[in-house]
Amino acid sequence: MSVGIVSYGAYIPRYRIRVEEIAKVWGANPNSIIEGLMVYEKSVPDLDEDTITIAVEAARHAINRAGIDPQEIGALYTGSESHPYAVKPSSTVVAEAIGATPNLTVADFEFACKAGTAAIQTCMGLVDAGMIKLGVAIGSDVAQGAPGDALEYTAAAGGVAYVIGKNSLVANIESTYSFTTDTPDFWRREGMPYPEHGGRFTGEPGYFKHVTSAAQGLLKKMGTKPSDYDYAIFHQPNGKFPTRVAKMLGFSSEQIKPGLVVTRLGNTYSGSCMMGLAATLDIAKAQDRIFMTSFGSGAGSDSFSFTVTDRIEEIRNGAPSVEKLMANPIYIDYATYARHKNKIKL
Amino acid sequence: MSVPRFWRRLKNIYNLIGTRCEKCGSFLYPPRNMCPKCRRNGMTIPFKFKGFGEVVTYTIVHTGAKDYTKLTPYILAIIKLDEGPRLTSQVICDHSQIRIGMKVKAAFRKLGEESEKGMIYYGTKFVPMED
Amino acid sequence: MRDVAIIGVGCTEFGELWDKSFRELFVEAGVSAIEDANVQGGKIDALYVGNMSGGRFIEQEHLGALIADYSGLASLHIPSTRVEAACASGGLALRQGIIAVASGYHDIVIAGGAEKMTDVGVETTTDALAAASDREWEGIMGATFPGLYAMMARLHMHKYGTTQEQLASVAVKNHHNGTMNPKAQFQNEITIDTVINSVMVADPLRVFDCSPISDGASAVVIAPAEIAKKYTDTPIYVKASAQASGTISLHDRPDITTIDATVAAANWAYKMAKLGPKDINFAEVHDCFTIAEICAIEDLGFVKKGEGGKATESGLTAIGGKIPVNPSGGLKACGHPVGATGVKQAVEMVLQLRGEAGKRQIDGANIGLTHNVGGSGGTAVVHIFGRDK
Repeated sequence: MSVGIVSYGAYIPRYRIRVEEIAKVWGANPNSIIEGLMVYEKSVPDLDEDTITIAVEAARHAINRAGIDPQEIGALYTGSESHPYAVKPSSTVVAEAIGATPNLTVADFEFACKAGTAAIQTCMGLVDAGMIKLGVAIGSDVAQGAPGDALEYTAAAGGVAYVIGKNSLVANIESTYSFTTDTPDFWRREGMPYPEHGGRFTGEPGYFKHVTSAAQGLLKKMGTKPSDYDYAIFHQPNGKFPTRVAKMLGFSSEQIKPGLVVTRLGNTYSGSCMMGLAATLDIAKAQDRIFMTSFGSGAGSDSFSFTVTDRIEEIRNGAPSVEKLMANPIYIDYATYARHKNKIKL
Repeated sequence: MSVPRFWRRLKNIYNLIGTRCEKCGSFLYPPRNMCPKCRRNGMTIPFKFKGFGEVVTYTIVHTGAKDYTKLTPYILAIIKLDEGPRLTSQVICDHSQIRIGMKVKAAFRKLGEESEKGMIYYGTKFVPMED
Repeated sequence: MRDVAIIGVGCTEFGELWDKSFRELFVEAGVSAIEDANVQGGKIDALYVGNMSGGRFIEQEHLGALIADYSGLASLHIPSTRVEAACASGGLALRQGIIAVASGYHDIVIAGGAEKMTDVGVETTTDALAAASDREWEGIMGATFPGLYAMMARLHMHKYGTTQEQLASVAVKNHHNGTMNPKAQFQNEITIDTVINSVMVADPLRVFDCSPISDGASAVVIAPAEIAKKYTDTPIYVKASAQASGTISLHDRPDITTIDATVAAANWAYKMAKLGPKDINFAEVHDCFTIAEICAIEDLGFVKKGEGGKATESGLTAIGGKIPVNPSGGLKACGHPVGATGVKQAVEMVLQLRGEAGKRQIDGANIGLTHNVGGSGGTAVVHIFGRDK
């Protein structure tokens, strides 16, 4: 496959809330939560930020990083589970805000946390078929966790954009493989503010089954082993799951370390492993090989194998790194957090 | 604001696209088709501003405008873009940070919404350059 | 162009007047003015009504016709015109009336202004007032009226060292003047402390730096100078009438701390009257916010740019000071029913110049100036009045 990543960009809101702060409100033991989830704090959107504004900032960073002419973009897809409109695409606003309109195709994606990687696959196809020159795939979310629910500790806000093309690649996408079944481990009905989930059911029949099946499927398809890779990123609903699945598959903790952003960021849902990939690309060298497997509840996983090129050094500093985006956070208390997340019904 | 009125100005407000008078070289944001200097003798064309500027003056609004009551207190400021024209916008930063002369850059944010059922307005606000 | 005089004035009280409707207010002011002028209704040639936002406040447009009708003049078919220039609507109506008489087109004209702001909630009022700014480029970004003037204040403080206390001294002075004006909305004394400890509206402007929401109406009767003495022993002559436009938005203003429309209108007025700022004995200026009065006395040429704060603090503009400003209590204490203010300023001129201002009478009042502004400075109207032609 001669298709790959031309550029990437991320955006993380400045606000953070610590696990202790949330635990205090519900009378939970913060230490056991931190230990159980391997998450210390999560990002919170500002009062005037949402999935669309985050997607725009991430996409603008991607465009600026590689000096891309937005008029060359032939397709743009935003994947999220918190699109501001139920009907009216986020992607049209994003396309307009990066100057890519009007000659392109656009649509919104939804597949829980893997909407962004599904968008990457779609762009790969369009580019490889010669239908478009550049495609933009974005995963962006301002995730909602019901007050007092376990998900409240990890449901975070953030977005990442990947520009897919054939030329001037920073990473080749060697191959992709997906594993999908109808597994209702987590969902949200239309009009409901918070999702429902199957508790422990989301683990083995959900996350682990799909991630391992997709990962093993790709390794088999490519004839590669975990040790052939320098880095690996797995979907990060918390710190525990990706650590465990990496071990299950034979990847080491060193391999997943740079991409394991969830501990300080929370789960940015559609942005989750795409953020981990961005953090990895921020430090990867030419010829490094990267393995990534996403997971979306419902359920499915997309696995990718990348090889980094020389060009990464040339354009890397054209936009803020994930580390820079995570620096200087502003910590807030639960009351402010509730105001920011519209949990207080006026 | 009604949908058509906002839609007409979408591109300008998302991407800081104003106009430039080719006759006298004036940069105009908000955009104008009639150059105030040259009037009918002017020739205005679209111009995309880079999005960098500095704070000319500011206030912290405690009693918000209709769409902004949930955001108070917020910083309202007049910003002079590097290219010359001044515009009115909000600055997102710690309230103790804001000062006249502070360098800022454009950020994409939600401006407001018509109502819970209505349209959401997006546009440009400003953040400190160091961010 | 012939000389013009005011032969009668009328004004309702200003405040939250729950029992009075818009039309009742205007008719009350109009009738007082006509009675003061000893004029018969049948002699009125035209009517000018200043009103900013009948549509938003009372869901009523076509105010010219409404007022003519409810004044009982519809049957005489007199021409009746509503004029609008945001907060300068009253000043504009006054000017249109003056032009109509000066030009010889009409003889006896009533110019009045009225606003009924309390029939709707505060949120609607604030939003209606915001229409005086640039809705598409200021309003949409969250600019409120106090916000715009607060930015003016912030820069004025930065450039000239104007202090919070100097801003407050404007409100204190005007409240003091209001205690002597039976029509004023607020007739209580306040202190600097009251002002600087009041709730913040838009930094640095606090509640007491801002003029209130009010109902009220005022009216004057205008006649050619040559026949004025038929109606009154003390006609007050219009020595100048000037109007200027400026940028609608504050961000496009060449100098954010100067309302150049005020400067332009004042210059034309002084030229027309063959006078200068030093010749003005007293003035009624547009103090929608305390900073507005400070900028006004600078822009009208009474003090140098930047010295308005110091001048007010030192008592220059108090009744008894060198140039009393806002003896009526100004917009701050007398109240600001938007469309009525510009005409009320003329009413105050006439009362002072006739020696009928009671407790707030300025000694030796001979030449006075009114100053009415629309929005953050998009329109400015300046009139000069005198006891002699």
